[in-house]
Amino acid sequence: MNAGTLYLGAGFALVLTGLACALLRRNLLRMVLGFSIVDTGVHLIIASIGTLTGRTAPIIDDPALLSDATTLAVDATAVVDPIPQALVLTAIVIGVGVTALMLTYIVRLHDRAGTLDVRELRDLKW
Amino acid sequence: MTRKVVTLIALVAVAGLFLVLLRLGTPNELGTVSRHYVERGIAENRAANLVTSVVVNYRGLDTLGEVTVLFLSVTGAAFVLRRRERKPVDARASRASEIVQTGARLLVAPIMLFGVYIFVHGHLTPGGGFQGGAVVASGVLLLLLADRERELPHGLMAWLESLSGFAFIVAGLAGLWVAGSFLANRGVLPLGEWNRLLSAGIIPVIYTLIGLKVGSELAALLDVMMRGEAVAAGHGAARSGGGRRGGRTRGGKNRKKGGRR
Repeated sequence: MNAGTLYLGAGFALVLTGLACALLRRNLLRMVLGFSIVDTGVHLIIASIGTLTGRTAPIIDDPALLSDATTLAVDATAVVDPIPQALVLTAIVIGVGVTALMLTYIVRLHDRAGTLDVRELRDLKW
Repeated sequence: MTRKVVTLIALVAVAGLFLVLLRLGTPNELGTVSRHYVERGIAENRAANLVTSVVVNYRGLDTLGEVTVLFLSVTGAAFVLRRRERKPVDARASRASEIVQTGARLLVAPIMLFGVYIFVHGHLTPGGGFQGGAVVASGVLLLLLADRERELPHGLMAWLESLSGFAFIVAGLAGLWVAGSFLANRGVLPLGEWNRLLSAGIIPVIYTLIGLKVGSELAALLDVMMRGEAVAAGHGAARSGGGRRGGRTRGGKNRKKGGRR
């Protein structure tokens, strides 16, 4: 089992934990916590897909990583995939924004209804 | 009961997805697009950090969208938590202990400097505008934790935020003007020598702007949430005598709503 598979498994474990937390809890804050854990797990899964065993980070600060020093071409077999890492970077920022928005809604909801229990928030149920 | 069954089905489905991915296996070679980014990245952008090269140049438009999403969520949070009156919180509760206050005074400058270092060196080392901005905002959080009543320079933060967003667009349009595509790097600024601070053309400029924007946005978000929390705590204190549903009877709008139900 290589490192990528380990990260993949850990990511899915986090997704399962978070999903169970978001679906089974009745406290809104715990549900948001569950979504946040799912978020982290998805980041780990995306990062693990770009992981290639035995390669270094895609930061070319050493001339040894260049395959041709005059044209500045980089050895493509030396570094891992930079695209999943860039996608995770984007996803983390979006996750922060979404979590912040969810938490502010909860603050307002608590001001208005005085409870965090989803079973008591029946205004939109019919 | 149905809730538990549905949860179980969802969990089994996700676990099945894991088994499918495991069967497919992780790739052991770079894809076509990644291969181009890795092999030609230094030659085209001179940014030692290839992730930065992807985020700011090759997928620069995505990053502009990302910055917009963050801006919208912060605006949304500020709008949702907007209050007319701001109740003063208990002075004893709003000020932290002497140790935290002195520590905050001591640490805020190094933390901010570290954040600036991270986003200025985004094209050379791990890190970049978003990470550096988050570090800067954590310095602001420390200030707010030490003293809840502290007024942040909102005018400065608003100007910093809008100016850096505007300059980001201007940098993108400069690429459109010079090189013929939005956010293009080649030709706008000299690319310089690989692995130096002043290199990679427009990438460090854009990442610095992103750092300033993200830092001021996250600081504003923290400020809004801390203040919202302070006001909510004030409500809770006012309500504690009147029972759990007391909050519903205060304020004309809420009472009307309660009457209809």
